[in-house]
Amino acid sequence: MSHAGPQPVHDWTPELIQQTVDAHKDMPGAMLPILHAIQDRFGYIPEAAVPIIAESLRHTRAEVHGIISFYHHFRTRPSGSHVVHVCRAEACQAVGARQLEAHVKDRLGVDYHQTSRDNEFTLEPVYCLGNCACGPSIRVDDDIHGRMNADKFDRLVDSLTTTAVEVK
Amino acid sequence: MTVTVYVPCDTTALAMGANAVADALQQAANAKGVDIKLVRNGSRGLFWLEPLVEVETPGGRVAYGPVEPTDVDSLVGAGLFEGKADHPLAQGLTDEIPYLKKQQRLTFSRIGLTDPLSIDDYRAHRGFAGLEKALNMDGQAIVDAVKDSGLRGRGGAAFPTGIKWQTVHDEPEGQKYIVCNADEGDSGTFADRLVMECDPYMLIEGMTIAGLAVGANQGYIYLRSEYPVAQRIFNDALQRAYDAGYLGRDIRGSGKDFDLEVRLGAGAYICGEETSLLDSLEGKRGMVRAKPPLPAIKGLFGLPTVVNNVLSLAAVPYILDQGAQAYADYGMGRSRGTLPMQLAGNVKRGGLVELAFGITLRELMEDFGGGTLSGRPLKAVQVGGPLGAYLPESQWDAPIDYEAFAEFGGVVGHGGVVMFDDTVDMGEQARFAMEFCSVESCGKCTPCRIGAVRGVEVIDRIRAGENAEANLTLLTDLCETMVDGSLCAMGGMTPFPVQSVMKHFPNDLTRQKA
Repeated sequence: MSHAGPQPVHDWTPELIQQTVDAHKDMPGAMLPILHAIQDRFGYIPEAAVPIIAESLRHTRAEVHGIISFYHHFRTRPSGSHVVHVCRAEACQAVGARQLEAHVKDRLGVDYHQTSRDNEFTLEPVYCLGNCACGPSIRVDDDIHGRMNADKFDRLVDSLTTTAVEVK
Repeated sequence: MTVTVYVPCDTTALAMGANAVADALQQAANAKGVDIKLVRNGSRGLFWLEPLVEVETPGGRVAYGPVEPTDVDSLVGAGLFEGKADHPLAQGLTDEIPYLKKQQRLTFSRIGLTDPLSIDDYRAHRGFAGLEKALNMDGQAIVDAVKDSGLRGRGGAAFPTGIKWQTVHDEPEGQKYIVCNADEGDSGTFADRLVMECDPYMLIEGMTIAGLAVGANQGYIYLRSEYPVAQRIFNDALQRAYDAGYLGRDIRGSGKDFDLEVRLGAGAYICGEETSLLDSLEGKRGMVRAKPPLPAIKGLFGLPTVVNNVLSLAAVPYILDQGAQAYADYGMGRSRGTLPMQLAGNVKRGGLVELAFGITLRELMEDFGGGTLSGRPLKAVQVGGPLGAYLPESQWDAPIDYEAFAEFGGVVGHGGVVMFDDTVDMGEQARFAMEFCSVESCGKCTPCRIGAVRGVEVIDRIRAGENAEANLTLLTDLCETMVDGSLCAMGGMTPFPVQSVMKHFPNDLTRQKA
């Protein structure tokens, strides 16, 4: 099975941000589509995007900042190579999500909203992935994994961090 | 001869390894020299069997599940491609599986049968038949059909859909909107997701009919960002519907127009509340609005707007095709039609169960669900998402019906049923209800914004044995304040699970943590 790779991350420049904003700014209710487009393209929403969005949509910077910080999905710092979301909601709790959560934090050595030291994984909580009959569930990038447990998680992490070493 | 083999493509099947199974099947077929046609169908909703592989035979489709990639060789060896049933994973004819056979699938009649993206498949199973009729009716006649069907909002509030449509219909002509609430945030629910992943044209059809009914030519689907598979499949379907002339200008030569667009949420539970959703669609923080004005009169961008849940809109094509009475013939009391229920959590046979209103919770959990996954005794069940009460065994014999549940303080909501075995610490669950509210509150009203934070603190004190009695009184007061004083259901219902734990599982709350 092919895993969706790490988020496509391109280095931002003010011009590229402006271009992304311009591509969406004429939609009705353009703010969320713009924020998604920026995060999809650059991996996060850089601080420098705030004044550009504000200017383009005729908002205040405070308003733009308030919107970005309201939504859990938007991040203002780069993530690790992979983003791991652990479902914390009730249906997963009923089949061991709390134990899984503790294991994941331990294995990656981070708490929620943090990125591992090797910059491989950013850990986030999520409240439901809609896989509630086959929990506990996690999402790694755009792939959902069901019936997750400590062993399966360790194998998954290994497979995602194993890189071919070139022998010279 | 070509053998047709089905491997589902919905989130749960994929989460259980369906892509690897599909690859293994193709390889096995190549190795054996068998010509197969691999169809990535929708899920049948029998999730404990996913990935559920089906093989077309003259007698019907034969099912195998749950299939792991490592099972494929032995299944093929046992005659999977000939539909033979001599294997531990063989489930016989899919249609004869009791879990499926006993259901009354009106809305979900097609899931798993078709390739979700095939318009031909959709049409071959009565797809667009409702729309064809609606294109030849005036708006009022469509509204009347929905009213007569007795359909009530399946998002949870159970407001009569036809009356909402009438209000928008009666507003003066001009720009109006259809907004579909696909922000399915309740834990234990996945029916909206199944519609969008397994039968996307049904939602497109339902929304188009809604547009024709009320005079709206633009629709938005507000989809949560936690559903990447639904987003991919649905957007693909949307493009195909445009290409086939089922959306856009002059739909199928009728002279009528309807445009549809998916907008992605950004991980805020509160945006499932309709006014918060509208603010979010407008590009703002998802803050709850005071009502009135109703969204039907001043909704998206201040214009008349129908806001309906996915399941409400998905029920409409059947109603138009088969007639309002055919739908109303199912159900009990004022709860007409069928309810797609979702069995989740600690359940042996989890999945989608669509039935007429009236089945009891116990029948659902035992006859369909088969008890807990762990095999341990069932202790509590949460119906209706994170804002629903935890129900103890004494309440499992009530029929599932909006009014019957309301009588004892239960919530049917979006039909999610989350089961817990006897290892659950209900004190922990009560704490989580408050914690969830503190994470997800929009912050507009005080009881919700501050109450949830105080709620976590008070429960922590009770669980630590600090002044337990006085703190229990405080918690009781806090719950009442939140219920009575909050602007929307988030703060107003967060106390429901807490109060139910205080009432039915008091020892779990006061028992000190080891």
